[in-house]
Amino acid sequence: MAESTPKLRVLKGAEPDLSAATYQIHDESHTIGNSLRWMLMKNPKVEFCGYSVPHPSENHIHLRIQMYDNMSSLDALLEALDNLDKLCDTVENAYSQSLATDSYERWDERS
Amino acid sequence: MSSTLSKSLLNPRRHVGVHAERVSDVSSTEYPGHYPNEDHSWDLEKFKEDLQVKVQRLSQRSVEFDLVGVDASIANAFRRIMIAEVPTIAIEHVYVWNNTSVIHDEILAHRIGLVPLSADPSLLDFRTPTGFNATPNDRNTLVFRLQVTCERAPKGSGKEYINDEVKSGDLVWVPQGEQEEVFAGSPPGPTNKDIVLAKLRPGQEIDMELHAIKGVGKEHAKWSPVATASYRLHPLIVLNPAQPVPAHLADKFAACFSPGVVRVAPGGAVSVDLAGMRKDSVSREVLRHEEFRGCVELKRVRDWFIFNVESEGPYAPERLLPEAVKVMREKISSIRAAAQALLADADGDVPGEATSKDTDGDVEMGDS
Repeated sequence: MAESTPKLRVLKGAEPDLSAATYQIHDESHTIGNSLRWMLMKNPKVEFCGYSVPHPSENHIHLRIQMYDNMSSLDALLEALDNLDKLCDTVENAYSQSLATDSYERWDERS
Repeated sequence: MSSTLSKSLLNPRRHVGVHAERVSDVSSTEYPGHYPNEDHSWDLEKFKEDLQVKVQRLSQRSVEFDLVGVDASIANAFRRIMIAEVPTIAIEHVYVWNNTSVIHDEILAHRIGLVPLSADPSLLDFRTPTGFNATPNDRNTLVFRLQVTCERAPKGSGKEYINDEVKSGDLVWVPQGEQEEVFAGSPPGPTNKDIVLAKLRPGQEIDMELHAIKGVGKEHAKWSPVATASYRLHPLIVLNPAQPVPAHLADKFAACFSPGVVRVAPGGAVSVDLAGMRKDSVSREVLRHEEFRGCVELKRVRDWFIFNVESEGPYAPERLLPEAVKVMREKISSIRAAAQALLADADGDVPGEATSKDTDGDVEMGDS
C-alpha cells in the first residue's frame, strides 16, 4: 500500500473502445456494487452487467459492463451514476415529505 | 377478500411466492429486454410516480417506515449505509494514568470505547493520516476524563462504599479550544449514564484521559449509529374465493397466523385486510394443514420494504435515512469524479499522461 490506489481503474483485457470493460472501484462494497449493477441493467444499451467482491480482505469491487453496438461502457457508467443520484434525491424528498405531512403513530419508547 | 387490496398489489409480477418448503419468483424481472414489447428502462418520472415512502411509527429511539417501489439493491444499500457508513463519535484513544482496579487496562479501554456518545458528528472532522487533521485538535477530538476513587462510606449512611461502581455517567467532558461554543447546544456525553464500566473496592482508583474521534461502523461497530436497521417485505395473504375456509374451521385457520391477522366474522367467515397482513410473521403454519389446502396463498410484495431502524443516540431516528442518503450521494459523486477523470484521460484531454500505464495491469485506452 505504498502508492495510493486510484478510485476507479479499468482492468486489463478491456476492449480498446471500452465497449466491454471491467472496472475496479476502490473502497466500495456491495452497497454501491449492487445498486450500480441494477441501474446499469436498467439501461437497454447494456448487454451485460455484473459485479463481484473478489476477496473480502481487499477493499475494492469489480464491475463488469458489456455494451451493445460498440458503445462506451464508461458513458453508461456515468449515466448510471447520474440516475442513481437522482433516485437518491427522489427517495429523500419523498421521505421528508412523509415525515412532515403524513399522520403517523408517535409513541413513547422506554428502555 | 382481495377486493380491499389495490389493483397494483395484485400484480403477480410484484409477488414473491412463499410455499411450504420453498420460495418462488424471488428476483425482479423488470429489466429491458425481458418482456417483449415492454420497456422497463430507467425512467425517473415513472419512478417518482410509483415511489411511496411513508413513515408509520416514530418514537424517540426508533422509526418504522415503508419504502415502496424500489429494487432490493437500493433498499439494501440504505440499510447497509445506516449500519456501517453513517459517521458517529466514539472513544478511540485511552490514556491510563492510574488503574488499580481488578479490571485490566485493555479490557476497560475496550468497554469504554463501546459506550454510545450523544455528540453531533457533523461538528467534528475525521482524523486523517496527513494534513491538519493528522494530529488531535479541537476540530477532530473530544476529550473526556474518568477519575473515580472508591472509599468506605461513613457509618450510618446506609451504604457500604462510595464509588464502588464506575458508570458511564462518570465520564466528564473536558472542552478544548472553541468546543465550548461549538457544542453549546448539547454538550457531548454518554447517551446512557448507567452503564457499569468497572467495579471498585476501597483504595482502588481509576484515572484516565479518553479521546473520542469520528468514525464509521465499517471500521468498528462502536461507530455504528444504529442498534438495528433492518427491513422485511410486506406479507400478502390471498384467500381463494373459490374455496372458502369452512366455517367450523375458521378459528383454527385464524390460529395459523400471528394474532390479529385473520378476522373471523360471527358467521364463521374469515377475512384479512392489509393492516392485518402487515402483522403476519409468514410462519407458513397454514400450509401444514391438509384441510386448508387451496384456501390461501402466502406471498410477499417484492418492492415493499418495511424498515425498522433503532437509533443509538447521536441521530434522532428519523434523521438516519436522510443521513444514509447523503452518504450514498457522496459515494456516487466520488465515483463520478473518478469516472470523469478516466473519460478525460481516454479522450486524450490530459497531455502526456493520456493513457494509463500498463505496468500495473491497466489497459491502454487511446481512442485513436
